Amino acid sequence: MSTMTRSAVSVGGPASLGFPRSAARSGTGEDAAVRLEVRNVYKVFSADPKPALSMLRQGASKAEVLEKLNVNVGVLDASFQVRAGEIFVIMGLSGSGKSTMIRLLNRLIEPSSGEILLDGKDLVSMSKAELIQARRRNMGMVFQSFALMPHLTALDNAAFGLEISGASKAERHKAAQQALEQVGLGTYAHRYPREMSGGMQQRVGLARALANDPTILLMDEAFSALDPLIRTEMQDELLRLQREQQRTIVFISHDLDEAMRIGDRIAIMEGGRIVQVGTPYEILSRPADDYVRSFFRNVDASKVLRAGDVARFEATNTVIRLPGELAPALHQLRENHHNFGYVRTPEGHFEGIVSRATLERELNGPQPRFVNAFLPGVRTVNASAPIHSLLALVADSEWPVPVVDDDDNFLGAISRALMLHTLVRGD
Amino acid sequence: MDFEIRIGKWVEELVTFMLDHFQPTFDAIATVVNGFGGAIDFVLVGAPAWLLIGLIVATSLWRVGTGFAVFTVAALSLIAGMGLWTETASTLGLVLTATLLSLLIGVPLGVWMARNRVVESIVRTTLDFMQTMPAFVYLIPAVMFFGLGRVPGILATVIFAMPPAVRLTSLGIQQVPAEIVEAGKAFGCHDRQLLFKVQLPNALPSIMAGVNQTMMMALSMIVIASMIGAGGLGNVVLQGIQRLDIALGFESGLSVVLLAIILDRITQSFGQTAAASRPVRFAFLRRFLPVPAR
Repeated sequence: MSTMTRSAVSVGGPASLGFPRSAARSGTGEDAAVRLEVRNVYKVFSADPKPALSMLRQGASKAEVLEKLNVNVGVLDASFQVRAGEIFVIMGLSGSGKSTMIRLLNRLIEPSSGEILLDGKDLVSMSKAELIQARRRNMGMVFQSFALMPHLTALDNAAFGLEISGASKAERHKAAQQALEQVGLGTYAHRYPREMSGGMQQRVGLARALANDPTILLMDEAFSALDPLIRTEMQDELLRLQREQQRTIVFISHDLDEAMRIGDRIAIMEGGRIVQVGTPYEILSRPADDYVRSFFRNVDASKVLRAGDVARFEATNTVIRLPGELAPALHQLRENHHNFGYVRTPEGHFEGIVSRATLERELNGPQPRFVNAFLPGVRTVNASAPIHSLLALVADSEWPVPVVDDDDNFLGAISRALMLHTLVRGD
Repeated sequence: MDFEIRIGKWVEELVTFMLDHFQPTFDAIATVVNGFGGAIDFVLVGAPAWLLIGLIVATSLWRVGTGFAVFTVAALSLIAGMGLWTETASTLGLVLTATLLSLLIGVPLGVWMARNRVVESIVRTTLDFMQTMPAFVYLIPAVMFFGLGRVPGILATVIFAMPPAVRLTSLGIQQVPAEIVEAGKAFGCHDRQLLFKVQLPNALPSIMAGVNQTMMMALSMIVIASMIGAGGLGNVVLQGIQRLDIALGFESGLSVVLLAIILDRITQSFGQTAAASRPVRFAFLRRFLPVPAR
């Protein structure tokens, strides 16, 4: 960081400056702490998993094991990391092992082999009592069929986890009421599940999972049973909650649009194997194999991708504003053949755009100041804006359009060429 | 024919052996059942008729509705008018005793059966066996072990009436949706919490259906059990048959039917309320059956 104080020009990559590269949705960067780590996890459905495991380790496929040993393979050598504060979507078609995968994470299904580390502690080697404590304290789960207790009110359903862990009535009702208010059901506390619509029931399901303030939230096809309109509404609700609280969420989905919409990163599963893990943009632009490619064939990139996914951050045209540092900035732009420079504060907030021309003009003036070199009429776009809404703006703009996140941090810019390149990908 | 399998003989020997060696056990059981049944009988028969009728009518009004409460008033007044109130109260006592004992044994057994495969296969076979036996058959061992009177009557009734309680408890627990059980586990239930906070409440509609069935079967059996001296309305029915007294036979028979209808509707109403807390499934039924508003 010491280089920054001397030079007006940022030299490092985004990570070294503490800037997330793809912070479109929740501001999670690659440098964020790992909350959950899955290491070489296998699940075979057999009383004696050893023969099947050794076959799989020698490279046999799910189908071969089924044929030879008549053993079903749920998950095959899964390894991935979920970072603190991100929504990690596991996506796959039915039978791909995604439902088994999420149940392995809280051991509703026992893994046959491998490690699952939650904040560094291995869940697989825990005793039953330790596991129950971990489930009570650190994990919440939301189910596809809502799985509410029909004999309990919304309030008591939301308080369920706390009741189980022995919280007093006053204590758990207070937390449950807060959780219900978070999901917008504060006034429905005394209704029974049968008196609520599917969307409302799932909000209660979400409140139940939030009430004990878990470290990690597991959501198993949580919105799949809802009709499309309500589903979108719930996704927005989840993203809103995520902006407020930055929880770590593992979300199972078979719906690509949903995965692209809410996922900070996506893992694609096929035949019990995790085929690819990456941001929506990474997977869309560089699918690992034909299976993933076919998955994404019908996706309209302009609807799925957001400004934050596409924006390109280039250190060479990013300028940090420090008093009296106009000359190095101009030098940097000239050296790198850039016409425009994106100016930000040392903290990373976007300030404006300068051009070589305006910098030269200021430097020749009596009192050179950054502020006076700013181009007029610069518009920024939010990282979460879908790129189809930016087409006109980018096309009409003289300079690549700057993209910022919710805190006004500069993430990069979208040029016409970049936009076109994104839209014609793979065709 | 020389070849003969003498199962009857072996069973007889077994019974004799048990009588010789386990008499204190049987005495203890008899004392408990007699005390329990006697207490209930004492209260029901001893209470003034108007009080008991008032209570039953109030329950009908609360659980089922005005129309049925009117029916209950008429039916119970008719029974009292026919001079059969004491017998009816006594039968009610026997039915309640037998039902309570059946549930006391049947519900835990059903829970165990739902959670353990081995127990399930054993209990299921036994229940099949119990349910295919003609009702009268239970009277024989009951009399052998406990003599004549109220105790063997109640015990024979318990054996006859218990299967639905066991079966429907087990079924109810097994039918709790998998994701609800998973939810219980995911939020950190240990085994006992899973049973009491998740499985049993969700199985309640089914268990209440079992209670209703058990009670109806207990009523039908207790009439038969009067043949071994259980007392109550069954005694009057038996007298009607023995004396070929058509009037007495009809009156006592009618009393049994009226009592059955009242007990059936009231216990059903508890099952309905429990069922109503399940989303959708029983919603269509609620339109046809009056269910008390909460």
